[in-house]
Amino acid sequence: MTEPLLQTRGITKSFGALKASDAISLDLRPGEIHALIGPNGAGKSTLIKQIAGNMQPDSGTVHFLGQDVTALDTVARARLGLGRTFQISALAMEFTVLQNAVLGALGARGGVMRFFRPVMKDRALLDRATEALERVGLQDHAATRTAELSHGQRRQLEVAVALTLKPRAFLMDEPMAGLGAGGSKRLTGFLDGLRAEAPILLVEHDMDAVFALADRISVLVYGQVIATGTAAEIRANPDVRRAYLGEEDAA
Amino acid sequence: MTRENYINAGLTFLLVLVPFWAWSTGQAYILTLCTKVAILALAGVGLNIALGLGGLVSFGHAAFFGIGGYAMGILASHAQTFDPIMEWPILIEGTKSMPVIWLVAMITSALAALLIGALSLRTSGVYFIMITLAFGQMLYYFTIGWPAYGGEDGLSIYVRNSFPGLNTLVPVQFLILSYVILGLALLFSARLSRAPFGLALTAARQNADRVETVGIAPYRLRLVAFVISGAITGLAGALFADLNRFISPTMFSWHTSGEIMIFVILGGVGRLYGPVAGAALFILLEHLLGGVSDYWKIFLGALLLAVVLFARGGLIGTLAGREVAHD
Ligand SMILES: Nc1ncnc2c1ncn2[C@@H]1O[C@H](COP(=O)(O)OP(=O)(O)OP(=O)(O)O)[C@@H](O)[C@H]1O
Ligand SMILES: [Mg+2]
Repeated sequence: MTEPLLQTRGITKSFGALKASDAISLDLRPGEIHALIGPNGAGKSTLIKQIAGNMQPDSGTVHFLGQDVTALDTVARARLGLGRTFQISALAMEFTVLQNAVLGALGARGGVMRFFRPVMKDRALLDRATEALERVGLQDHAATRTAELSHGQRRQLEVAVALTLKPRAFLMDEPMAGLGAGGSKRLTGFLDGLRAEAPILLVEHDMDAVFALADRISVLVYGQVIATGTAAEIRANPDVRRAYLGEEDAA
Repeated sequence: MTRENYINAGLTFLLVLVPFWAWSTGQAYILTLCTKVAILALAGVGLNIALGLGGLVSFGHAAFFGIGGYAMGILASHAQTFDPIMEWPILIEGTKSMPVIWLVAMITSALAALLIGALSLRTSGVYFIMITLAFGQMLYYFTIGWPAYGGEDGLSIYVRNSFPGLNTLVPVQFLILSYVILGLALLFSARLSRAPFGLALTAARQNADRVETVGIAPYRLRLVAFVISGAITGLAGALFADLNRFISPTMFSWHTSGEIMIFVILGGVGRLYGPVAGAALFILLEHLLGGVSDYWKIFLGALLLAVVLFARGGLIGTLAGREVAHD
C-alpha cells in the first residue's frame, strides 16, 4: 500500500452538545479520489475546514505530506500544497474571472509584495491562470465580472483557482452543486483525469458522480465515519443502507 | 481609455486651470485654496489605500496627519531658535529643509502606522474603527498636555521651510510643489492598485478566505497597506503644517480623521481620483457656503448622507460607473 498523502487521526470537534466530528480518521492516497458522503449536517464541511486549517479540532491531528500540520494555519497549509474549493463560493466577486484565477497563480508563485508592475500584464501568471480557466471551460468568461457568473460557473471558477495552485492534494466541497446535468458530467470527466495529478478528497451529494469516480468512499453520519470502502462495498454495507442510502431508495 | 480616465483628466485640467487663472489675475487667496485642496487630497490618497483598496475603515488617520505636522513643527522650531533637539548621545539639530522634513514625517508616521496597525488589525469592523479612533485621540490629548511645542495653543513657524531651488514663500511655487507631490502620490497609488500587492489587497477586502486559501496572509497585506497609507497621510500633514506655518493638537483630533474620510467618501471610495474630487468639493463648498452661513457643515452632512445612500461610488463613481475591465 502506498503511503497516504493526507491523513486525519481521531479528529473530534463539538459545537456545544453537537459532535460535528467524532474521532474521524481517514486518509487520502496518491492517485485516488476519496469521496466523503453523508446526509445534510453530517459534518462533512466541518471536517474539510479542519483539514484546510480554517478550524481547529478539539482533539486529533492532521498529517499532510508526512508532517503534522495541525498547528499550521490555512495560509501555511495552502503553501504546503493543499488546494481547496468551498461549498459556498469564496471568490472576489468584484474581480473578473481572470483576476480571480491570477490571484491563485500569484499565491502559488509568491511575490505578493510587489508594488509597481501591473499584475495583469505578468505573462507567467496570465498563462497559468488562462490554462486553469481553459481546463474547466471558463475561458470565454475570462473578462466577466465574477458576480455575474451563474452558481455553477462559480463552482467551476473555484476549481480553476485551486488548479492554479498546482496543489499536492485537493479538498473539494460539493464542486458539482448547481452545475446541472451537463456540467456535472463534464466536471466528472475532468476530475477523473485530475486524480493522476493530485488525489482528491471529494465531498459530494451527486451520487452518480460519486459512484462513477470514487476509488474509495467514506460515509459520515452524525460526525462519525460509519464505513469506508470501494463503491461496491459501500453499496452492499447494511449500516450504510440503513443510515443513508436507505433514505434515497425510499425517495 | 475608460470613462473614469477622461473624468480624471478633466479634473486634472480644472485643477491646473483654476490656479493658472488665479495666478495670472493675481489672486493669491485662490492659489492658497488650491494648494490646500492638493494637500488635503494627498491625505485622502493616503487614507484611500487603507480604506478604498484594503477596506480598512480607519478613523484614526489624524494620528498620521498630526505626526507629519509635528515632525515639521518640531524640526522647524528648533531650527528657528538654533536650539538642538538632542545633544546626547548624538547631536540632532532642527532643519528648515522640506525634503528632510518630509522624510522624517513619512518615516515617523510609517512607524506609528506599523505600531497602530499591528495592534488594531487584529480586530475588524466596529472594533477596528474604535481602536484607530482611540489611538488618534490618545495623541491628541498627549499633544495638548505637551508644553514643549505649544501644548493646547499650538506652535507657529515664522518662515515657510525651504526647498532647494525654489522660493516657497511665493504662493505659486509652493502650489506647484504640492501639486507635484500629489501627482507622484497618485501615480504611486495607481501603480500600487494594479500591482500584485493591489490585487491581493483588494481580494482580501472582498473575501479573506479566498486569499488565505491561495496561500497569502491577509494580515500582512493589510499591515503593509496601513503603513504606506499612514506615511502618505503623514507627508500631507507636514505640507499642511507648512501651508499654515502652524501646528496644533487639532491636527490629531477625530474631526481631522473624519474630514479625511469625508474627502474619500465624497469623491469615491477606492477610486484613484476620489480623494482629489472629494477634497476639491469640500474646499469649494467651504468657500462658497462658509461665507453664507456658519452652519455650512449641515449642508455638507446632507450631501454626505445623499452620497452614502444614493451614490455609493461618490462623485467619481457616479460619473464613471462601475469598472469591469481587468487590465
Ligand atoms: N461554526 C459552527 N457553530 C455551530 N454549529 C456548527 C458550526 N458549523 C457547523 N455546525 C453544525 O455542525 C453540523 C455539521 O455541519 P456541516 O456544515 O459540517 O455539515 P455538512 O455535512 O457539510 O452538511 P451539508 O451537506 O448540508 O453541507 C450541522 O449541524 C451544523 O449546523
Ligand atoms: Mg457542507
